[in-house]
Amino acid sequence: MTKLVTAVIKPFKVDDVKAALEASGVHGLTISEVQGYGRQKGHTEVYRGAEYKVDFVPKIKVEVLVDDEAVDGIVEAITTAAQTGKIGDGKVWVVPVETVVRVRTGERGSDAL
Amino acid sequence: MDELLINEAVTNAHVSGNTAWMLASTALVLFMTPGLAFFYGGMVRAKHVLGMLMQNFFCMGMASLVWALVGYSIAFGPSTSGFWGGFGFAALQDIGDPFVVPYTAEGGLTPTVVFIAFQMMFAIITPALITGAVADRFKFWAFAIFVTLWLLFVYAPIAHWVWDTDGWLYRRGALDFAGGTVVHANAGIAGVVLAYVLGRRRGWPGADFRPHNVPFVLLGASVLWFGWFGFNAGSALGSGTLAGWAFLNTQLATAAALLGWIGAEWVRDGKPTTLGAASGAVAGLVAITPACGFVSAMGAMAIGALAGVLCALATAIKGKVGIDDALDVGAVHLVGGVLGALLVGFFATTDTGGTTLDGVFYGGSGQLLLDQLVAVAATIGYSAVCTAILGLIVVRVLNGRISARDEEVGLDESQHGESSYRFHFAGGTGSVFAASRVKGTREAQA
Repeated sequence: MTKLVTAVIKPFKVDDVKAALEASGVHGLTISEVQGYGRQKGHTEVYRGAEYKVDFVPKIKVEVLVDDEAVDGIVEAITTAAQTGKIGDGKVWVVPVETVVRVRTGERGSDAL
Repeated sequence: MDELLINEAVTNAHVSGNTAWMLASTALVLFMTPGLAFFYGGMVRAKHVLGMLMQNFFCMGMASLVWALVGYSIAFGPSTSGFWGGFGFAALQDIGDPFVVPYTAEGGLTPTVVFIAFQMMFAIITPALITGAVADRFKFWAFAIFVTLWLLFVYAPIAHWVWDTDGWLYRRGALDFAGGTVVHANAGIAGVVLAYVLGRRRGWPGADFRPHNVPFVLLGASVLWFGWFGFNAGSALGSGTLAGWAFLNTQLATAAALLGWIGAEWVRDGKPTTLGAASGAVAGLVAITPACGFVSAMGAMAIGALAGVLCALATAIKGKVGIDDALDVGAVHLVGGVLGALLVGFFATTDTGGTTLDGVFYGGSGQLLLDQLVAVAATIGYSAVCTAILGLIVVRVLNGRISARDEEVGLDESQHGESSYRFHFAGGTGSVFAASRVKGTREAQA
């Protein structure tokens, strides 16, 4: 079985997380720039005295497909690398994946990772 | 060499020196309008930035032609009524005296043709100033009609009143070195009135109206600052000591206003902002404009510091009165222009050689202050009434406000069929959702 590990992290932590995933034997990953908020909420910005509450904070979403047995190690690696201990460090979650296909060869399942 | 030949040689040297500086100043003032476009453009949201840039750039085309055809004649024509110059110099077929006399006695003469070009650049930027107040909601063609009429019926007559030697305010003794009343108070009140006539932007106040590109704002303010040396020091109409005073005072007031604005923010909001620094510099440039040739270095610093603080505080007024003056043209140009014009009544000194009148702080009688008040009141009153009439015609009768749908989409797409930025969200190689070129004409597509 394959799992999809998704992590939403602070943007400046993306290089650390990438390095940790490479050290854990992950061969590929996808990132996207996203915005959102959790308990951290946003911040305020003031332009010519007009105050704006900015709810959505920029984050990076990292998505990695991994084998079942590697999941715990990968989640641990991401968590350790992305942690600052301050509010707003983000989330990591895991969901099962029904099928994975490598587009070039047509391989399926673990062979496609 | 006889005395006559020597005198002629001296006069020629003066004329060529004046001409060189005035030609350079003219180009500097032209450059202010694209500077203003980026100053404003950075402050609007990304979907409206081309609309803002276009409204400003359009003025560079329209106002140049209108000025040559009839604007210059209305402002500086031969009529001696005191209220307008008439059509005697229309299309510049006849330009009257070949030389104008600069304010400075030492400066000699300046070719009238250079003066026409110099003043043309003022006629471009003054209507362009209004765009900031009415950002994000004008149909382009409606803006084009409004701003052309405004140039003819509001700007050109007021320029005549204040700057032409036959103008009724000039004859009264009111002083406006480079346009505190004619340009800034005038465009400032027009912006506020037109913003009221057009109505608020959808969602104001409360929605997200943050600037989309503060670096553009700072870039634009810097171009304005640079160009303003032509605007102010060029208004000496020559290249002597008076131009030097205007230049120096412009720099000092702008510097003081920059610090004044961010100081006010620091106290009020907790942080000095980049937008505030850019705004403060512009507020200082505005306030010193009417005064730069008439005040001492200390006077310039005082005017600048006052403008920086008061214009920063004035940005709170629009929320209280409920007029959506989008980019604070009222707070910066109306307040700054009026402040500078009135402070001339206090800080004017004969020391710079720009005037024979002293302000209240230099032992003057207060008559100058009264004349400044009259000039400010006449400018604001006339501009407000005429702008309201022109605005009501263009907005209510000709339906000049964009539709709710077009406002949501933005001026860029709805008015110009373009988009400003095509950056991929995460990468640097261009959008994966690239457009494909459609060959043929519009009809063929349909």
